[in-house]
Amino acid sequence: MANWKKIGAGIAVIAVVAAIGAGGWAWHSLNTVASNVADDTTRLADFKSTDQAAIERGEYVMRLGDCSACHTRENGKFAGGYEIGTPFGTLVSSNITPDAGTGIGSMTERDFFNAVRQGIGQHGMLYPAMPFTAYRKFSDQDMHDLWAYMSTVTPVKHDIDENAGMKFPYNIRLAMAGWDMLFFDNSGFRVDGSKDDAWNRGKYIVDGGGHCAACHSPRNMLGAEMGSAYLQGGNLGEWFAPDLTSNPHAGLGTASAQDIANYLQTGSDGVAVAAGPMAEAVEHSTQYFSKADALAVGTYLKSLPASATQPGPVQPVDTPAMQKVALAYEVNCSACHGLGGEGIEGMVPAFKANHGLLSSDATNMIHAMLQGARAAHTHDRQTAAGMPAFDWKMDDRQIADLLTFVRNSWGNTATPVAASDVGRLREFLKASKKMATP
Amino acid sequence: MTIERPKADVVICGLGWAGSVMAEELTRAGLNVTAIERGAWRDTSTDFPPAVDPDELRWTTRRELLQPMSVETTTFRNRMDQTAAPVRNWSAYQFGWNVGGAGTHWAGMSWRFTPWDFEVATQTRERYGAAKAEGLQLQDWGVTYAEMEPYYDRFERIAGTSGIAGNINGEIKPGGNPFEGPRAREYPTPPLKDTFWMREFREASERMGYHPFTLPAGNISQAYVNPLGVTMGPCTYCGFCDFHGCGNFSKSSPQACILPALMRRPNFTLLTETEVLHAVKHDDGKTAKGVKFITKEGEEGFQPADIVIITAYQMDNVRLMLLSGIGEQYDPATGKGTVGRNYTYQTCGTVNAFFSDKYTNPFIGGGALAVQIDDFNGDNFDHGNLDFIGGAGIMGYSTNGRPIQNMNNLRPGSKRWGSAWKEAYTRDYNQGAGIFIQGTSMPVRDAYLDLDPDYRDRHGQPLLRLTFDWNRNDQNMLRYLTDRSVEIMREAGGEDMIVENQAEESWNPYKQHSSHTIGGAVMGADPTTSALNPFLQSWDVHNVFVVGASAFPNNGGYNPTVTVGALAVRAAQAIHQTYVNNPGPLVKG
Repeated sequence: MANWKKIGAGIAVIAVVAAIGAGGWAWHSLNTVASNVADDTTRLADFKSTDQAAIERGEYVMRLGDCSACHTRENGKFAGGYEIGTPFGTLVSSNITPDAGTGIGSMTERDFFNAVRQGIGQHGMLYPAMPFTAYRKFSDQDMHDLWAYMSTVTPVKHDIDENAGMKFPYNIRLAMAGWDMLFFDNSGFRVDGSKDDAWNRGKYIVDGGGHCAACHSPRNMLGAEMGSAYLQGGNLGEWFAPDLTSNPHAGLGTASAQDIANYLQTGSDGVAVAAGPMAEAVEHSTQYFSKADALAVGTYLKSLPASATQPGPVQPVDTPAMQKVALAYEVNCSACHGLGGEGIEGMVPAFKANHGLLSSDATNMIHAMLQGARAAHTHDRQTAAGMPAFDWKMDDRQIADLLTFVRNSWGNTATPVAASDVGRLREFLKASKKMATP
Repeated sequence: MTIERPKADVVICGLGWAGSVMAEELTRAGLNVTAIERGAWRDTSTDFPPAVDPDELRWTTRRELLQPMSVETTTFRNRMDQTAAPVRNWSAYQFGWNVGGAGTHWAGMSWRFTPWDFEVATQTRERYGAAKAEGLQLQDWGVTYAEMEPYYDRFERIAGTSGIAGNINGEIKPGGNPFEGPRAREYPTPPLKDTFWMREFREASERMGYHPFTLPAGNISQAYVNPLGVTMGPCTYCGFCDFHGCGNFSKSSPQACILPALMRRPNFTLLTETEVLHAVKHDDGKTAKGVKFITKEGEEGFQPADIVIITAYQMDNVRLMLLSGIGEQYDPATGKGTVGRNYTYQTCGTVNAFFSDKYTNPFIGGGALAVQIDDFNGDNFDHGNLDFIGGAGIMGYSTNGRPIQNMNNLRPGSKRWGSAWKEAYTRDYNQGAGIFIQGTSMPVRDAYLDLDPDYRDRHGQPLLRLTFDWNRNDQNMLRYLTDRSVEIMREAGGEDMIVENQAEESWNPYKQHSSHTIGGAVMGADPTTSALNPFLQSWDVHNVFVVGASAFPNNGGYNPTVTVGALAVRAAQAIHQTYVNNPGPLVKG
């Protein structure tokens, strides 16, 4: 969600672009002809699907798209209310229950298609926090099924003004037209005939409902995903979404497609454990993937060429200074992460050969040290173990040294962590200072 | 203004081990369960992670995980002709005061009782004649070990218990306890490793012809995934177990074993920092309609429910029954009434000694890290020529090397202050070792619980009053067992022995080694001598179930937790398999 810093910056520029040329240039990106396959007469509030198979398929599409992560909060199922903080104000997720007054009950199926796949909602253009750029890849069939499922959701009366918390000029939805014009690829999923079904299914999920690139691709100055670094890892401010390419050092190079499938379905491949925003994605979405779909995602990701990221020079850990850090590791970390960095399978991440932690961007490890973290809770792995915070116990240098040690022990190689990076994140997260000791 | 909560199928009063086990079973069976816990939420990574857990001053000395006795307590007297006074400090009383209850701060000794413990009245009469039990108020539990086995097994699987079986389906296994009741299968995880002292104890007792084995432990030896899909981590032998939480998910506890799964279930609701005042009966008195509670802010409320389950600590279970008018108060003069009857405790002693020129390294510890012999436990030995029944486990233990706690554990004659004391402590910390004798406790007529006539708590409700002292049987037993333990210590080479037989002076709550308060709302097949039937259902109010060590009619020479857990599984299954379909007494009285 912290991508919003960049997206917000982009909006400032785009507002101007849009003001000049919201006319003809917008023709392609705003073209909604793809929605014409949907009915434009019956409102959702007046429709209740009885096609049980379609409803069940639609629920699965909802899981693929991870709708509930943002649209379900304490107000009721799909009643919205998830606040997304940005430097330019607060966005609130909408009520997507079939309530006619406060939800999407007065939308027709075509309106629904326009919102989900085109980013054109009932109150105007949607902000790209709603990943319509990815959902554009949803097939017509999946969209019809999703519509059937949404008709079975209990209407909840809960009024939300999605962008009331956004400051001027970011509260002008029309500005998004300019953004769409520049960055929205208004085309559906195209099957690659040279690849097998599993690969195509995997790409469909990754680029479509799964909207993986929303976090795992870096974004440019205007807050759009950079195609040239597709799925090579993205910094979200307080978290880092790791490299998903076959890079053997910091990506999925040493993982098998089945490892990836296990991670998606249970929150762990036996080495890494999902935490932070990925824990939410696993809990709400990927644990519900069928075995075939989870494996398809793994198959597709394994086909991505490795990014160019190289391991940094080896940091020796047998120096006297680092041996003191090793003792700090033994005292503070080894109870759960093990003396050999082996972790506890499926519950506590290993450090040894946990490549998602070896990127040059150590944000995730710094965040976990400062504020703790919690693993995903899934049907198969119920523990959702917590990582305790150490902000009160260690200063920036101690945390940096400990992470450098972990990232360069047991066969690992990674760039050293700078104390200044720990300090910056400590400030950003408003984490405590180390407690004064007498 | 009182809070009126939506009705639940089941309300659970107290979310410790018993409450968590019941809630897990009942929610999995589809029932809508609300649990009410007077303590606050406590979680591994936020409340006692490894960097916080070994804070001995906070947890062991100041006992921050325990019921503060300045807020809520129990009164005590030795004899009926005395006036009881409120207990103001802890030793025997180690009640939980948090979600997880005492299951969060227990040591982890994970015993099954022997078959004999469940049928002490019948077995004693048959083996030694009725005269042997004279002066004791013995009664069978109404359930046998064989009937309990599947429920023991289930609880051990949830808890991940580490150990080595001594008897699998009647076949005696090398290395295990040959005296244990037959088990259906091996323990979920292998036994813990021996410390120096455990090895010495093991070898000494073996030389004497005894049968040492590694204690079954809730400080588990390796990572384990339990049947609920919850993962536990391996024990690090840190020795900060009893009075402490566990920072690395290694101690069997509601936090490490049940709550992660339970808390996510949509049909489970938990009210924390809310105290149940008492159950409320329907006008006809035959069933309860819910419980009255009070929040931390002092607001009173009512939780309606079809079934009321009382799973507080043993003392509070009895107190809640009395405050709710469920069952009749036991009267030691007439023997009438059942609530408060058969209060028992745990008869304990210690033999400590020192080993010159050896390092015992007590900082390698675990709450249940010990080697035991059961040759003198229960009825495993002939009592024909002895003036008692029962016995004790004798263990060489390595539970902890906590630096504050062990300050006074010095060779006899050592100075207790100044540099001489520091020198002695430096020497003796690393040379000391101990034997713990954990014995049975038999019920007698005048050991019981009732409501105190004088003292009330902050809500205006009477405190519970305990009347208890060691009885002749248990004193004789401990004398015999202490002698056996001294022999083992001598054989092991221990010098400068310090022997403590706790039953030699009058019982008092400030000086005890055990926290196992037992009985008072006991189970049995006879409604005139038991408050609960063998499914822990009140004989008097059939939709009330009372689960805990309060149900034991006598105490075994073991820690009670696993037996409490097994009884909880059994009661919960009786509720969802039988009672909900046909509410009424599960057993004809």
